[in-house]
Amino acid sequence: MSTLVDAKEKWTGTISTLVLGATREEGGSRTSKVTVGGSSTLPFMRFEGAVASRPAVAVEIWDTPPDDWPAPLTEAWGDAMKSPAVWARKAVEECGAELICLKLAGTHPDFGNKTPGEAAATVKDVLKAVGVPLIIWGCDNDEKDNNVLPACSQAAAGERCLMAAATEENYKTLVASCQADGHSLVGLSPIDINIAKQINILVSEMGFPLDRVVMYPTTGALGYGLEYTYSIQERGRLAALGGDKMMSLPVICMVGQEAWRAKETRASAEEQPTWGDAATRGIYWELATAAALLQSGSDIMVMRHPKAATALKDTITRLIG
Amino acid sequence: MHVIGERINGMFTAIGDALATKDKKPVQHMAEKQLAAGADILDINVGTRVPKAERAEAMKWLVEATREVTTNPLSIDNPSLDTVRVGLTAACKNGRAIINSTTGQADKLAAFMKLAAEFKVGIIGLAIDENGVASTCDAKVEIGMRTIAAAVEANVPVEDVYLDPIILPVNCDQKTPGIVLQTIAQFKMLSDPAPHVVVGLSNLSQGSSERSLINRTFLALAIGAGLDASIHDPMDTELTNTMVTAELLMNKMIYSDSYLKAYLQKT
Repeated sequence: MSTLVDAKEKWTGTISTLVLGATREEGGSRTSKVTVGGSSTLPFMRFEGAVASRPAVAVEIWDTPPDDWPAPLTEAWGDAMKSPAVWARKAVEECGAELICLKLAGTHPDFGNKTPGEAAATVKDVLKAVGVPLIIWGCDNDEKDNNVLPACSQAAAGERCLMAAATEENYKTLVASCQADGHSLVGLSPIDINIAKQINILVSEMGFPLDRVVMYPTTGALGYGLEYTYSIQERGRLAALGGDKMMSLPVICMVGQEAWRAKETRASAEEQPTWGDAATRGIYWELATAAALLQSGSDIMVMRHPKAATALKDTITRLIG
Repeated sequence: MHVIGERINGMFTAIGDALATKDKKPVQHMAEKQLAAGADILDINVGTRVPKAERAEAMKWLVEATREVTTNPLSIDNPSLDTVRVGLTAACKNGRAIINSTTGQADKLAAFMKLAAEFKVGIIGLAIDENGVASTCDAKVEIGMRTIAAAVEANVPVEDVYLDPIILPVNCDQKTPGIVLQTIAQFKMLSDPAPHVVVGLSNLSQGSSERSLINRTFLALAIGAGLDASIHDPMDTELTNTMVTAELLMNKMIYSDSYLKAYLQKT
């Protein structure tokens, strides 16, 4: 009896390959680098095409202690949250973070209003504390980000960081900084595939290399729009593999940020006695969100809970084999 | 959409003169201009000014001159098997090629498919046979079927076959465009995977006024019917914009406000 052969799809496109982090020999000071993208088939379909790199797991830290993170998160990180450098080190040493995503929340005019100089100093502290590459994320206030991110970009010049985020209305300053200092950048589009593509076109029109752009189509958590994110990412990935160069870019997901906004992750046992153990409920919520999004084509997963980050790395290993 | 740029053709004065004086510059300039305008493949045709006996040598020179500036596939446009072989040999040294073209007589099909298999190149099969240009949809499809059968016989993948239903000047025969649209849809159903379908678009408007308008209107209709390759002038901006928009409307790509610009940034 003849055996059945694998039914394989023929793809014509390949996701661009992005390297984050530069070692001393390359003009930076990183002790490790992260390569994402490069795949020529859908996630984990190794029998069909090249799955060139594994999705990278980043841990999100803040430049200032968050005031609204639920207990499971604050208890897990403890006093480390008071110092970005300590926090970053703990994330790398205790849960094997491959990247640190430094969110400059404290620069927001309504949340500390730290100066560009202070933000740049924090970037330098974190660079000194850990050897993994950095994602540097502004406070999502265009005017402030346009002051803060260039200073941070310069402070990390040559380190091949990933800077976030460029939007359709506000991208020129960030593109110029990343161009000057050798970083890559994130293009943010609010669950809109047409705008995701538009940002890529705008950025590349400024002469910025597309293979240094990561798409952030914004992330929906389990129960809060996960399906929308999933279908947009999947459609983008199918277009990319079908040969659309403007969509052939790695994708980043802010999993922790979204999962820990869900009431299912925040409610205490007293508030919701039938929802299960409050200490682990949110971790599973975050992990389930991440595990689902991996399948639609996600390349950098930014996590918040150390146990969710560790478990996600394990999940990826099991899927990649 | 595979755009096959038609402008490297000895019938155009600049290219004809370049062939006569062996001046590579106008040829290479035309290659670069077409590629910048979105051409995926460049057609190479020595034209009729070169005496028949010298056409193989002229093809070799024209291909080599073009190859110096691009690794994109070249469409070796000549009816002679020997001249096509010379063109393929030169083109495949650094890239791929397409044979343009074979007609549907059994012996010609067999010989050209063998050549396509030998060089692992694409091949355009015209809806023409010993009875001349097939004038009905049924007759065109029948030749298309024979072309695919000959490809399979010679181990040429169907994905490398481009069926050309033959478009005639609209001022000579107004029935043909509609028949061609019907044929395109039927060609696409001949096999799975489907063959490519290509037209020599400019022929449609030979001798007409409003050439560009006629070409682009038909191209949009043809894309709607399933056309996925066209031999035309990629530097006709309105034609290109119509083509890209038609593909957008057929959901062949993701919309963005700058989708026309994105098309030109595709490589």
